[in-house]
Amino acid sequence: MSMELDVFVGNTTIIYEEVYQLWLDGYSVNDAVKMRKENGALSECEASDDVLQSDTMDQYRTFQMCERLLYSPSKLANQLLFQIPAHSQTMLIERYYEFDHNFAREVLGKKLSKGTKKELDDISLKTGIALRSCRRQFDNFRRVFKVVEEQRGPLVENVQHHFLLSESLAKDYAAVVFFANSRFETGKRKLQYLSFQDFAFCAGQLISYWTVGAVDNMMEDMDVDLEKEFLHDLKELKVLVNDKDLLDQHKSLVCFQLREKIRVFTEMEANFKNLSRALINIATKLINTKDVRDLFIDLVEKG
Amino acid sequence: MPGKLKAKIVAGRHLPVMDRASDLTDAFVEVKFGNTTFKTDVCPKSLNPQWNSEWFKFEVDDEDLQDEPLQITVLDHDTYSANDAIGKVYIDIDPLLCSEAATVISGWFPIYDTIHGIRGEINVLVKVDLFNDLNRFRQSSCGVKFFCTTSVPRCYRAVLVHGFVEELVVNEDPEYQWIDRIRTPRASNEARQRLISLMSGELQRKIGLKVLEMGGNAVVGYLQCFDLEGESGLVVRAIGTACTLDKISNTHTSASATNPCNSSPSKDMKEAGFGEETPGVPLSSGPPTPLRAQTFSSFSPSKSYSRQSSSSDTELSLTPKTGMGSGGSAGKEAGPLKALLRQQTQSALEQREFPFFTLTSFPPGFLLHVGGVVSARSVKLLDRIHNPDEPETRDAWWEEIRQEIKSHAKALGCHAVVGYSESTSICEEVCILSASGTAAILSSRFMQDGTLDTEHRFEDLMPPGCGFCHIPYDELNMPFPAQLTYCHCCRRYKVPDVLFTTIDLPTEANITGKGCLIQARLCRTKKKAQGEGNATAISNLLPFLEYELHTQLMNKLKLRSMNALFGLRIQISVGENMLLGLASATGVYLTALPSPGGIQIAGKAPSDITYEQHISNMQKKINDTIVRNKELYEINPPELVEEVIGSPIPEPRQRSRLFRSHSESSDEVSELDLSHGKKDAFVLEIDDTDAVEDIHSLLTDAPTPPGFYSCNTEIMPGIYNWTSALQMFTSVRVFRLSNVNVTNQGLNKVFNDLCENLLKSLYFKLRSMVPCCLCHLNFTVAVPEDELIQVAVTAVAMSFDKEQSLENGRQIVDKTLMKAITENEEQLQFPLELTAESSSSAFCSAKGLSEVSGPLPSARAPSVDYSSFTDRCSSWIEQLRLKAHTIRRGSIKTMSSLEKASPLPEGRSRSLRSNRSYAGGSVAVVKMTPLSFLPGTKIIKYLGIINMFFIRETTSLREEGGVSGFLHSFIAEVFAMVRAHVAALGGNAVVSYSMKECVFMENPNKNQAQCLINVSGDAVIFVRESEIEAATPQPHSASAHTSSSGEGT
Repeated sequence: MSMELDVFVGNTTIIYEEVYQLWLDGYSVNDAVKMRKENGALSECEASDDVLQSDTMDQYRTFQMCERLLYSPSKLANQLLFQIPAHSQTMLIERYYEFDHNFAREVLGKKLSKGTKKELDDISLKTGIALRSCRRQFDNFRRVFKVVEEQRGPLVENVQHHFLLSESLAKDYAAVVFFANSRFETGKRKLQYLSFQDFAFCAGQLISYWTVGAVDNMMEDMDVDLEKEFLHDLKELKVLVNDKDLLDQHKSLVCFQLREKIRVFTEMEANFKNLSRALINIATKLINTKDVRDLFIDLVEKG
Repeated sequence: MPGKLKAKIVAGRHLPVMDRASDLTDAFVEVKFGNTTFKTDVCPKSLNPQWNSEWFKFEVDDEDLQDEPLQITVLDHDTYSANDAIGKVYIDIDPLLCSEAATVISGWFPIYDTIHGIRGEINVLVKVDLFNDLNRFRQSSCGVKFFCTTSVPRCYRAVLVHGFVEELVVNEDPEYQWIDRIRTPRASNEARQRLISLMSGELQRKIGLKVLEMGGNAVVGYLQCFDLEGESGLVVRAIGTACTLDKISNTHTSASATNPCNSSPSKDMKEAGFGEETPGVPLSSGPPTPLRAQTFSSFSPSKSYSRQSSSSDTELSLTPKTGMGSGGSAGKEAGPLKALLRQQTQSALEQREFPFFTLTSFPPGFLLHVGGVVSARSVKLLDRIHNPDEPETRDAWWEEIRQEIKSHAKALGCHAVVGYSESTSICEEVCILSASGTAAILSSRFMQDGTLDTEHRFEDLMPPGCGFCHIPYDELNMPFPAQLTYCHCCRRYKVPDVLFTTIDLPTEANITGKGCLIQARLCRTKKKAQGEGNATAISNLLPFLEYELHTQLMNKLKLRSMNALFGLRIQISVGENMLLGLASATGVYLTALPSPGGIQIAGKAPSDITYEQHISNMQKKINDTIVRNKELYEINPPELVEEVIGSPIPEPRQRSRLFRSHSESSDEVSELDLSHGKKDAFVLEIDDTDAVEDIHSLLTDAPTPPGFYSCNTEIMPGIYNWTSALQMFTSVRVFRLSNVNVTNQGLNKVFNDLCENLLKSLYFKLRSMVPCCLCHLNFTVAVPEDELIQVAVTAVAMSFDKEQSLENGRQIVDKTLMKAITENEEQLQFPLELTAESSSSAFCSAKGLSEVSGPLPSARAPSVDYSSFTDRCSSWIEQLRLKAHTIRRGSIKTMSSLEKASPLPEGRSRSLRSNRSYAGGSVAVVKMTPLSFLPGTKIIKYLGIINMFFIRETTSLREEGGVSGFLHSFIAEVFAMVRAHVAALGGNAVVSYSMKECVFMENPNKNQAQCLINVSGDAVIFVRESEIEAATPQPHSASAHTSSSGEGT
């Protein structure tokens, strides 16, 4: 006495966001049914448990079949298998590529390799995000990284163009890619207080000002790598510490810029010499890859 | 050599990786038609190859053009080993052969493999150049248009309805040939797909020839079916209604231009037929041109299949006398028969051996009276050996059944059968053949023979909206006991107390309230048996099964306080150890018919007090349900001064047992006319187990959730303001029975629950479209294996506007009404003209028509019927006003509870917004619906019939997500392939879509499964009505509109 087979296929594939989110979050069918029940799905249309179970199964199957297409979102628009309304397509893609910042924080700066994938168990335990969801997010990182790694032009636009994501999500991916590429160390205890968003902001700044693409607009190179020459030139900054005049001039210029813009202005002004020295020390060492990786640790420790 | 087929392979995309080493594919394409094959160059190392091939040209006979599909195979080139096939595309080029349909096939087609499913897409261009001049070409059956739609297609006008056409073709099933043991599953599947494609083409061509012979130019209500008879072979059969259609949307001048071409050749042919013997001979083998003789001689032995395949009666099939079974011998001695036929053609009445019509809705004025449902079944043993020279057994079987149907119709005083359909159910070597239809009297207007209507009594002064309910049979000499009353509308003619039909509700019918889906479900165990014993057992069970289904239907109808069934379809499916019966219909309250009485329960042993209590409880429940249903379906019939005011609670004294007394109906046949005497209340005896079951099933039918309606007819009676939101879907369930409950009752409950739960599931899934109606709910049941029950449903959910202001609603309804009426007038005008000079030259009449029709729409002399039409019109509007009131009331009542649940307004606005961006997407939206129309749109062109057959097999069932995953993706693939073909023809929708066959077999132990699906429909181009009305359509509005199929999220 059992339902051997139970399918529902519509000419138009209708995606229910609520169920999609449950699937993305890595819930099993049974858990998803439970959750939907708690959310009052049963009161709609006088449904019974069986109905909910069957509906959830159907949708999960659809998502699984769509998943293949979501690997390269541009395919979704011109595949023939499912007729999905445009707004649903956008939603499918955006949600699929959305990630938990807690999760991203854990893998930020790590090599997006099979090795790291093995750590996902621990990350799942630590963050409370289902392993299935962790895997999806990690695979997304890898996929995006692989595609844009070698591409020329602005990183955010590349991500946006290739994966049809919103700008804000593309920026977050740019940060992940940027960190993974430069392998910035973010896992140390001292850096734990910084959130993904903090790092994403830094990544944005670095991409805008320090990368090859940023320095030379004409040179259509990549946004992913830090500009070597620029880092080399940073050596010259030593004069700002060594030369008293320049130091003062630097101080006055910085203070002029920052006045009334930051809360700790007086502290900064008082400590300017020490701060400047620490920063410039870090800057001058950035020629070594090792030091680049430790950039954030150094900033926190010595800054 | 009448045609040159040209194909060009443009490009591929999303191809699968065939070379693991490089993660790429070296693809090339083989294009095959008949025995000719061309190849493209290899496009190395690409998953998105650009071939841009030259035009491959095939010079072929028109016979082949009709029979053969164009076969495109995509392969991976391999230097050292055999090339690997990626997949295939079969393109039916029939639509290109009709000048009015598509002119080019161009687009992306999914590359399909029977083992792996869809593997990438290929862009193909196909054209046909016809060598011969138009006139001669039209004499082959190429020009005949086919429609699945069971009504006159929307942009055509029926000039004449000629009648029934049928044909069947038999072959050996490749799956059962010895060679199947050594070839791969893929090769076997492809052989089968190809064979069925060939057979359908052949069938269509032969039917086309019959149509031409009858003087028609189209087949409407074309219904093609497969019988997979296993070892005894494969039967492809089709029935349809031959018509002469005329395009409406064209300007009248162009109509007159095409007319001569359409009708004159057939006219010529007829004359030839009447003439001397010599021209008569080539006639019987096809149109009398030397060209045809050539093609005839190449009735090729080269084609391996044609050795086996054979039509029912090749020679005979060309005669206007359709369906003459007993072919073989008759065909061989065609001479005397032809002489006979000539006589028959003269007497048009006799010509119509089977006055059957596969149509379910008709031009107004065509359907005069409806007698009731007629059906016939017979159980046959499939014979193992198939002598290709004697394929007539199948024909004889159907012939027998059709005769039966015809005599039933006669018994009901009717001369025609409408809404006619045929079906089979096969289990091992036993086959149940069924046919059913609705006995009716038709107006002679659309038929050539004017003889019939002399018998006709109330031809004139037909009161609108109730005429078809009036009994066609003699009151004093009734074929069955029925309770007659005077019609509640016109009070002049007698009407029966209930009316069962297989057709759609006529547009002019007056109804009260809304309709609903009514199903009777039944499961009966049967002992396992072999051969003749099995057949006997089944035929003994059948009458009981039908009787009980009928009882159930009647009870459920009463419970809903309704008095008529439309679209009745009874399906009986046979398995090894059980018989399944499923009857579906749409119940309505016809205003013309008397109000139904209640249902009364009677106990046999009234002594017991608890028992009495039990009964009275049940009685109360039933009465409550009736009251509730009346409210739900808004059935408030005008309180007439009728003697029969059915008190739902009849006095307990009435305890007649007439209900069980009718079972001695003839064995293979049931006329669904079981009556119930003069009582206004239906009496159920509770003592026998059957009655308990009946009551149980009565009460277990859950009402549809608020906001939902359901019906199995085209549209829901009582709902008018459809929005454009629609969702066509297919749902399949297979239930495995355990050994425990093999009792009848247990089985019944299982089956009943299966159907009920399926419906519940559908409501839940479509909740975002509320308020909506599930239309054309088409259930098919099967017993694929010993303990499996399979139920498949295809239907469309359509939203309607509840909130729409009364003003608006009325306007729209009025407008469509007016439009319908004006169209009717136009439609009627022609036949009137034609019948006047029916026997004279069609050419002349066509010319005459064009003259008349020029000034037709505006300044036209009022026709005879005009006044009655306006009458009807105004009374309609009056009635609709009433209806609009009730609709509004209903909406107020339920809206508060719905507001939260339904995200529709928001969803809709969103989809509107995003439409524009979607239009930019590369895949055109193709709508699909089982109905013959799309609400809010006008179909401007029919592009041809879609008739596709697919097999999918897997040997890695678990990896594909089990049986559900396997079937889910297969159905999605079938949809995708249908959409792609329609889009390539230049269409944006499929109407009258149906899934004819879904045969699913599994072997979980071997990790294998196989499924066969056959779908059909009409590819069309539609435009929004709003666009037609707007004088200046915006440039991109068309695409934006067509892409709005996604509403309802």
